[in-house]
Amino acid sequence: MSASASMDFEIPARPEYLSLVRSLVVEAAETDTNLTQERVEDFKVAVSEAATNAIEAHARACCDESIRIRCKITEDRLEFHIADRGFGFYPNQIQVLPEPDDPSRLNYERGLGIYLMQVLSDDVEIKSGPDGTQVCLSIQLPAVTE
Amino acid sequence: MEFSVTVASHGRWEVLTVTGEIDMATAPRFRQRLLAVISAGAHNVVIDLSGVDFIDSTGLGVLMGAAKRVRSAGGDIRLVMAGSRLGDLVELTRLDRVLDVFGSVSAATSDSEA
Repeated sequence: MSASASMDFEIPARPEYLSLVRSLVVEAAETDTNLTQERVEDFKVAVSEAATNAIEAHARACCDESIRIRCKITEDRLEFHIADRGFGFYPNQIQVLPEPDDPSRLNYERGLGIYLMQVLSDDVEIKSGPDGTQVCLSIQLPAVTE
Repeated sequence: MEFSVTVASHGRWEVLTVTGEIDMATAPRFRQRLLAVISAGAHNVVIDLSGVDFIDSTGLGVLMGAAKRVRSAGGDIRLVMAGSRLGDLVELTRLDRVLDVFGSVSAATSDSEA
């Protein structure tokens, strides 16, 4: 890959559009990125989690605007930026959950989304405020040997 | 593959066979079917996810909620993931430490331990 490319999408903030978001990840990965299928599958989960949070944020804020998604492919990275117009959140508002293997973890049906974004992407950047949240997820592309 | 849930009895186990993707769009239907089975008195439940192409934290949350319900009633829940990548996600989230995972429905419905 020698040139960078950027594509912008808007999706209605509805759960039935999540599979479309995952398709975007697959399509982007197929543009000469040399990513393995396993990496693509992992990144698909991470991006889907971010889009799910964005849809939930719009539902909580009763916001009927679209979720904005930017897909960027550079020489060495595949990035997905997901932006919502919800109320935002602050780190100290995130519930601290028991470790995943603690039996009491079964009492919490939620809370794995950000963890999955972190472990299935190479970089996660979250900016949140009262006007919404922007999440940038990226993975490194394999170096191409000439 | 279209999302679907079918239910069948295997001895003392109720087996839910799920296909398709489990995410925020389909998780409510998955939860509803699972709760209907548990509410009808089934406390030993096997969930066969071998035909599931994708699961996210919402789907994993449904599994955790169901496990809590059946265990509080003295029952158990077992997962089947034959040849599925979902197992990687379950291991990554370390849910395999709190949910028993089997390689086939027949292994899960025999009364042997995981």
